[in-house]
Amino acid sequence: MTTPLLDARGLVVRFGGVTALDGLDLSVAAGETVGLIGPNGSGKTTFFNALTGFVRLAAGRAQLAGSDITGLEPRRIAAHGIARTFQRLRLLLELSVFDNLMLGQHLVLDHGPWSNLFVRRRFTAEVRRQAEAARALLAAFSPGLPARLFEPARALTMIDRRRVEICRALIRDPALLLLDEPSAGMTPDETAELMTDLLAVKAQRPALTVVIIEHDMAVIERVSDRCVVLDYGRKLAEGPYAAVAADPVVRRAYLGED
Amino acid sequence: MTSSVWPALAALVVSAVGVLALLLAEKQWAVIAIIIAAGAAMFLARRFDWNERIRRSGAANSRKVFLAAMVLVVGAAFVMREHNFALLMLCTVMLMMVAGLGLTLQFGQAGVVNFAGAAFFGIGAYAAAVFATKTALPHLLVILAGGFFAALIGSVLVLPLLRTRGHYTALITIAFGILFKTFLEVNDALGGPQGLKVPGFVLFGHAFNDPIEIDEETEWSFYLAYAGLSLLLVAAAYAFVRRLERSWIGLAFDAVRIDETAASAFGVNVAAWKIAAFSIGNFLIGVAGAAYAMMTGFVAPTSFTFGDSLILVSIVILGGLGSALGLIPAALVVVVLPEKLQAIQEYRFLLFALLVIVILLVRPGGLLPRALRDYRVGAPR
Ligand SMILES: Nc1ncnc2c1ncn2[C@@H]1O[C@H](COP(=O)(O)OP(=O)(O)O)[C@@H](O)[C@H]1O
Ligand SMILES: [Mg+2]
Repeated sequence: MTTPLLDARGLVVRFGGVTALDGLDLSVAAGETVGLIGPNGSGKTTFFNALTGFVRLAAGRAQLAGSDITGLEPRRIAAHGIARTFQRLRLLLELSVFDNLMLGQHLVLDHGPWSNLFVRRRFTAEVRRQAEAARALLAAFSPGLPARLFEPARALTMIDRRRVEICRALIRDPALLLLDEPSAGMTPDETAELMTDLLAVKAQRPALTVVIIEHDMAVIERVSDRCVVLDYGRKLAEGPYAAVAADPVVRRAYLGED
Repeated sequence: MTSSVWPALAALVVSAVGVLALLLAEKQWAVIAIIIAAGAAMFLARRFDWNERIRRSGAANSRKVFLAAMVLVVGAAFVMREHNFALLMLCTVMLMMVAGLGLTLQFGQAGVVNFAGAAFFGIGAYAAAVFATKTALPHLLVILAGGFFAALIGSVLVLPLLRTRGHYTALITIAFGILFKTFLEVNDALGGPQGLKVPGFVLFGHAFNDPIEIDEETEWSFYLAYAGLSLLLVAAAYAFVRRLERSWIGLAFDAVRIDETAASAFGVNVAAWKIAAFSIGNFLIGVAGAAYAMMTGFVAPTSFTFGDSLILVSIVILGGLGSALGLIPAALVVVVLPEKLQAIQEYRFLLFALLVIVILLVRPGGLLPRALRDYRVGAPR
């Protein structure tokens, strides 16, 4: 078997007395879409936070494409090619949509004082190039969005904000995309629409690897190649959606059935 | 998008005439009439929706408007050529703007609070006193040295600033400002409580402190030369800060201010950008202090109190956090009004505090709120 793109082993995260991740092993193959499910408080978001360097691991290690990212600062992990969204939206609402997308491009942009301050011609050429790329990406999610590129993010509806947040994570072509409950705060119709767009984008980028946290089982069924169930920070089950959904242990813990 | 230059130009000229009248007004009723007229003008602009047109016209023609503003300052200075005090106020406003630009970059853009603005202003001032007395450094470089030292000494605050958040950061800068003043008072080499004399500015053999003699009867104020110097500094600082704001660097500052978590998730080196903003800001504040010291000829610890730092912060809040343009009306209000309105002179601190509270409550964006970033401005399209 080839080395997985993401390989996390024995992850342990504790918050005081709470063990949010309890020896979690999880690996994801390149190009795969993994659905991560589990009851509230089962450690899904903590898993993302641990991978992206926002919480400290008490034990365990994580590798991305063979290189160790355990214990690195978030910005270093970003440089390894992980991009993410947040369960509670973290757009910079007072800035424009374009500014938000350019935050996603931070590691690509030229921050040298020379081009930024003095050779404005070169700088504005870069702005124009980036604006075009941003419009193209936004258009994949909604035909109306490109026209709103220079509006404040605050002016957008909830679904458009979600779209922009996903675009911000996608724009740099990350190796691994982590989506934390992208459907939170949206209607089922809006969620379905968002997933259609996401699948379309994924179809254009076969190398893109995605881990998506969702509480909406229909979404998971539709988008994921494989599904991982967490409970109390441990992996309860793993496999294709149909098999996992039929697993009596999962049904008891997650779907609340006996 | 084409937008005529005239609305912005008209607004600029009207404002310049008003400011000139205010600076030259001697009678209290005249000062009050000008303030009322300014209020009326603002009301009319709002009533007839001129503001948005003026803003758009200014944004689309930023270079022309910038040049026009400089020409107007030169014109105003020329009109006041025989009025020492009016010119001194004009210079002070411009230098306060330079310091305000530094502070708004730190505080309003990168979100690094600094309640020791007066201390960094003071470092620039004392550096100028020492370099101009003890060395033969050309005076333009003395002023830059003032900025350099402010940035350098500011770097002792960098570690504590990075390790703390919010109120604690504010407290650290307050403590630094108080320590700085105490240090000056007990330091005999720097003149102790009496302070130091600062030589006047000399450029290419011209001593700025000599009055400019035109003929036997007419003599122009020596502040005219300082007005030129202040204009040069404020124009350079303004153009610099605006370009910075409209670049990827400005975006990084904003991201650090608004959401450190989101910023670092996308690779932003939060600490490095904070240090950059803090140092650049202190440099500008130090430059302003150095020029101010050379103009007034004198530095003493009593000019660099916590109260003076608060005045600087109130200029920044009044103008609008992060707004470079807003510093113009804000500096005018804070510097000129108390000098002109005898009734409020004693209560200036109280009134500024009230003004800041009122602004924060009713117009949190400030007098001229910062606009969305437009990267295209300032470049050929
Ligand atoms: N920053 C934190 N501080 C303390 N406890 C936390 C923190 N983040 C998460 N937890 C706890 O860790 C557990 C897992 O939370 P989380 O990962 O957010 O769950 P999920 O995303 O699966 O709903 C919960 O018990 C939660 O209360
Ligand atoms: Mg969660």
